[in-house]
Order: sequence, then structure tokens, then C-alpha cells
Amino acid sequence: MLQDTQNSQPESGKDQPLLIVARNLACQRGGRTIFTGLDLDLADGEALLVRGPNGCGKSSLLRVLSGLLRPAGGTLGWPAAPEEETAALHLHYLGHQNAFKSVFTVRENLASWAGAERNPEREELALATFQLEKLADTPAHLLSSGQGRRLALARLLAVHRPLWLLDEPSVGLDVASVKLLEQAVETHRQNGGGVILTTHTPVELEQSRILDLAPYSKTDLQRKASTGPGEDSRSGKTEWKDEDPWF
Amino acid sequence: MVLSSFLSVLKRDLRLALRQKSDLATAVLFFILTASLFPFGLGPEPNLLARIAPGIIWVTALLAVLLSVERIFLADYEDGALEQLILSPAPLELVVLAKIVAHWLTTGLPLILAAPLLAVFFNMDFEGLGVMLLAMLLGTPSLSLIGGTAAALTLGARRGGILIPLLVLPLYIPTLIFGVGAIDAALFDLPYKAHLFLLAAIMTVSLLVAPLAGAAALKQAVE
Repeated sequence: MLQDTQNSQPESGKDQPLLIVARNLACQRGGRTIFTGLDLDLADGEALLVRGPNGCGKSSLLRVLSGLLRPAGGTLGWPAAPEEETAALHLHYLGHQNAFKSVFTVRENLASWAGAERNPEREELALATFQLEKLADTPAHLLSSGQGRRLALARLLAVHRPLWLLDEPSVGLDVASVKLLEQAVETHRQNGGGVILTTHTPVELEQSRILDLAPYSKTDLQRKASTGPGEDSRSGKTEWKDEDPWF
Repeated sequence: MVLSSFLSVLKRDLRLALRQKSDLATAVLFFILTASLFPFGLGPEPNLLARIAPGIIWVTALLAVLLSVERIFLADYEDGALEQLILSPAPLELVVLAKIVAHWLTTGLPLILAAPLLAVFFNMDFEGLGVMLLAMLLGTPSLSLIGGTAAALTLGARRGGILIPLLVLPLYIPTLIFGVGAIDAALFDLPYKAHLFLLAAIMTVSLLVAPLAGAAALKQAVE
């Protein structure tokens, strides 16, 4: 899958093993080109914030990286992973949907996601990290939207995967819950994991790199809308009022 | 690893089905109620009913399966769980097979258990009963397998639920022919083994094709 690993040094110049390497990546959906010529690296312990205006292809990028969407061009690989490790064992993908079963309890949902890899210790850790212990035996259809999002996030910890791909993980979360998410991400990075995330709400991560998708984006939407960084903070669709949403 | 992931998906789907008992009962009730309409429509003529019983039981069983086959993947598709299943380490073909097996256990098997009741309704000869159960045991898995593949294929489509019968009914015809043929043969004291073997052959082929086709269709659906 992966070509030219030799000249794929990360921009940060670190020697850590790369969790994911993308070269000249292109994406098409419904015959429309979303972005082209995208290079991307992520090493152990790094966090990458993908930014860009609505519709520029952030979600598509994460879906391509997860393997759900086939890239229209370019190469994608994870050099740090052992040979036999498939994408499934390498990464977690958190999409817009929470993917839990409303008739299952919180704990049953965690168990069903973990499947054959179920580990009660990790399950408890996941519940504790996102403060879901008290809700563990509550059917998921009784959860509020923020609690539901926390349950979806708890999946990240129920089974270990080195790479996390998080599409708008903070949607519906209150300030305290965003802190829980930040802590979980930092802990994951300290344990040698990497995180790529998109967000429209402020998520504070130490020394995170930023990928601006706008220059790669080929959608007409983007050409009109993107005039510079922080553009979508003025688009009026998001609720916060910070001057700079990213930091 | 492979077996345990198969079992974990199977258990998950069975548990989901048991939590949603109304879904579970729909297919069986549909089967019993629809089949019991025929005596009202055709008149209480015991010989006539006994003659047409195999055909009516098979056709209504087929429609009952068709009614429930859409839900194999639709709920998972709508709530995003399908993406997680595709990204899970278990081979997707195995996940598809586990979900179809769960569907058969919660739909096909109850139909088989309800069939003797209908045989009594229709005054069917008890000599045919054993062969009918055997034929259904060999035939209904094919119905779930073929229907599951169609359900996977129509996932992305708008109003996919209406497409499923169009795709599936022609493919159900061989199962229907040999299923009814086996019971008729038994009722007329003719050799019926050939029909059962052909039902088993259809099941074997579906068992091989459905997981592969279903998995490819699911990957396409989430793109």
C-alpha cells in the first residue's frame, strides 16, 4: 500500500515511528473532487487538528484515513504498525453518529463494541474516564445527547487502538465534558498514541499541529468561503463567540 | 479469534432482537394470520385446503421472511453502528454471516415451529408434516441468506425497502418450487429426497455467496 516511505519524513522532523502516512491523497465523492494532493504524517504522541470551512472535506478526510472511503488517488499507510496489523486493529474512528444501540445499557454498548476483545478492566477505565459509572446500567435511549456523545467517546478506551480519528468529538459536550475529552486525548498521547481530529469548538491540546484543509480543497463551496484562518468562526453557524476558536 | 468474533456479533444481534420483542413477533404473527386468511377466502373445503396447504405455507413463510429481512442491516446503517462493524477486526464476511444467522434464528426458526399449527388449520395429511419441517429447515436459511444480500445491496438507496422484494422474489422461486415439491411428493407417496437435496444445494450456494456479496455491498453502502 505504502510507497516512498523513505522520503516521507514528518514535517516536525522527529524520529518517532509514524502512525499514519498519506502521500498525495485525493478524495472524490459522487464524482466530485473534494481535495487533492494532500500529504499528512502523524507520529506517536502527536495530535493533529484538521481545520477548514464547512464542506471543505474534513469529514471525508477522516473517512479516507479510516479506510471507510477509498482514496481517489495517492497512498496511505501506517509504517509503525506490525505487518499483520490491519486498519481495524490500528485505529478508532469516531464519526458524527454515536453508533450505540438505544436498547442496550451503557455497559452493554461498550461490551458489544469491544466484541471478542472485551476487557472488563478497560471497560471500567472507559466508564470512569468519561464519568459514566453512575449511568453504567442505564439504557442508552435515556441518555441526553451530551451523555450519548460521552458514551461514544468511551468506546475509544474500551479497546486500545494506537490511532484515533475523531470527527467533531466535542459536539454536544458541555465544558466539563470537553475537559474529560482533552484529558483522555492527552493520556492517549502520553501512552504513545496519536490523534487526528476535526472540531468547531475550542479543544485545547498541548503542542498540537494544525492542518488547514482549505488549500487542498477543490469544492466550489470552499473557494467562495475560505478567505483565511478562522473563517468559519464568522460564518454564523457556530455558537461560540471566542475571537480565536482554535486555541 | 475468528469464531469468537462471529459469536460476539451473533450474540449481540440475538440480544438486540430479544430486546425488541415486537419485531420478533411480527414475522410469525404475519405468517399465521396471512395463512389463516386463505380458508376464509376459499371456503372451508377440507380436500381443497389440504391440497393447497404446502403452497400456501411456503408462500406466506417467504413473505414473512421478506417482511423482516430489511432490518438485518438497516438499523445499524442508520445509527452508524455499521461503520464500526466494518472497522472491527472481525472479517466483514463473517459479520454478515453472523447477522444473517441471527435473522434466521429469530425469524426462520419461529416460522418452522409455527408451521405445524398451520398444517392442522389446513387439514394437511400428517405424513407430509415431517417432510415439510425438513424442507423448511433446509429452505428458510436460503431465504434469509438471499434476502440479507438484497438488504445489504439496497442500503444506500432511497426507498430501498421497496426494492428488496423486486430483487429477492425471483431468487426465491427455486426454493419455493422445491420446497412445495418435496411436501407434495411426500403427500402422494412419491420419492421426495431429490427435492430436499436441491434445497440443500440452494442453501449451500447461498451460504457461500451471501457473505461475500453482502460484505461487498456493505462496504459500498458506507462510502
